[in-house]
Amino acid sequence: MAIANIGFYVIKYQTSLPPDWPGGFWWHWLVFTIIIIAFILLAVMGFIWFERRGMGRMQARLGPNRAGPFGLLQPVADAIKVLLKEDIVPSRVDKIVHWLAPIVAFFPVLMVFAVVPFQNGALLADLNVGILYVIAISSISTVGVLMAGWSSNNKYSLLGGMREVAAVVSYEIPLVLSIVGVVLIAGSLSLNQIVLAQNVPFILLQPLGFLIFFIAGCAEINRSPFDLFEADSELTAGFHTEYSGMKFAMFYLTEYGEALALSAIITTLFLSGWRGPILPPWLWFVIKVFAVFFVMIWTRTTLPRVRIDQLMALSWKFLFPLALMNLFITAIEVLVWPEALPWTMILVNTAIMAILILLWSKFFKLGWGRVAV
Amino acid sequence: MQFERYGKGIAKGLRVTIAHLLRHPITVQYPEQRLNTSRRIRGNELIWNNIKCTGCGTCAKTCPQGAIQIITSVNLEENKYKVEKMEVDTGYCIQCGLCVEACPYEALFMGYAYERAQYRRGDLVQSNNGLLSSAERRPSGYMHPEIAKDLPRQTLLVERINEEK
Repeated sequence: MAIANIGFYVIKYQTSLPPDWPGGFWWHWLVFTIIIIAFILLAVMGFIWFERRGMGRMQARLGPNRAGPFGLLQPVADAIKVLLKEDIVPSRVDKIVHWLAPIVAFFPVLMVFAVVPFQNGALLADLNVGILYVIAISSISTVGVLMAGWSSNNKYSLLGGMREVAAVVSYEIPLVLSIVGVVLIAGSLSLNQIVLAQNVPFILLQPLGFLIFFIAGCAEINRSPFDLFEADSELTAGFHTEYSGMKFAMFYLTEYGEALALSAIITTLFLSGWRGPILPPWLWFVIKVFAVFFVMIWTRTTLPRVRIDQLMALSWKFLFPLALMNLFITAIEVLVWPEALPWTMILVNTAIMAILILLWSKFFKLGWGRVAV
Repeated sequence: MQFERYGKGIAKGLRVTIAHLLRHPITVQYPEQRLNTSRRIRGNELIWNNIKCTGCGTCAKTCPQGAIQIITSVNLEENKYKVEKMEVDTGYCIQCGLCVEACPYEALFMGYAYERAQYRRGDLVQSNNGLLSSAERRPSGYMHPEIAKDLPRQTLLVERINEEK
């Protein structure tokens, strides 16, 4: 906690400093690397606690409440347990790939946070192609998952890895197309600039884009109802069936780290990032991240897992055309009314979202209409 | 026009989960929190009244497990049996309550307690004075409504049980 406090102290003074910070590049790099790692580890622990506790309450249970006050130390206890467990490597696995897979899966999650602004200008690298970098880096995790699935020499693992690849390839398209709408309105790819452009949060200007981004994002990071890649009831544990001990912990960390990354990106793109009244900006950022994650918990508790054909159909037949139309409409709006009042745009876009979803649901069929949805 | 396929079902489900988030959880944290059991519980042990008992041995005959052993001798002065030994192996007992129902003199009761696990099988055998009623060994209201009416009311799970710790 002390490290994080120092970090935020540094951020506080950094805003009043020019972008090329005195003390130089390496000092900046060191401080923000430490902040990012501390933030990810703490937030992931918070997420694990929040999810287990929230899900418990939604199922009329209590959730973890033994370790520490309100069970707050449960993630710590889990971490210690997992660290002390034996690392079992099955004899017929592809040893090198099996060993590399968790690392390949985890590190892109860390790297995504390099461009996420915690406060105005408080980020590791203000890339002018920030969001493009996020998309490019976050897709690398998939390689790690496929490596895990392939190297485990286990049909369930391979099926899980293959499903992950299929889903990510399908859902990347609506995901990126819905981001383009945001970029069109903001006029920049840099995440910091996108936040600065949000006088009105883009969730209001781009309601359909937000919906598509949220669904596609959940599908990509393996959140229920799209958790087909580690579906416990059909694939034992999918790609991480053969992992135990620290390697399993890495996958677990990846899962929640990705959820954190997605929440942070949604916060930045659609919920006006660190901006907000009264409270300090970094606190607003954390609050919004947790709010987005709460919606993920909520949908996870509510919705049953989809089938693989439903997963693919939802992406290609529903989200993809809607994302294209959303992009087209947004482009026209930006061209025709560059100075339009935000409130007219909010009303128009919400109406367009409702009409498009109603219309398109009419066309949405599985298996040429022979299979019930 | 049906709206089922436009997300109405999802909205319904989301409402259910959020309603559950706001309700009181149903979990009981057993060692710290206990619910009052049913007043007519057939608990883990038998309670014996040695004054009412005539040593007729009906309980031993009716026990499907043969868990009750009763040895009597003839007491000629009072013209009745004297109970030498009354022994119940609660390890065999299936809490069917047949002995209590069969006893013609209402000298047997089911126990009210349910936490009578032991570390050794020998400890499960209760005999003679060990079978008598005491503060820890209360009889339950099974077959005996007059006992049941003095016992505390059963707690239901729908009632609010506050989280301790």
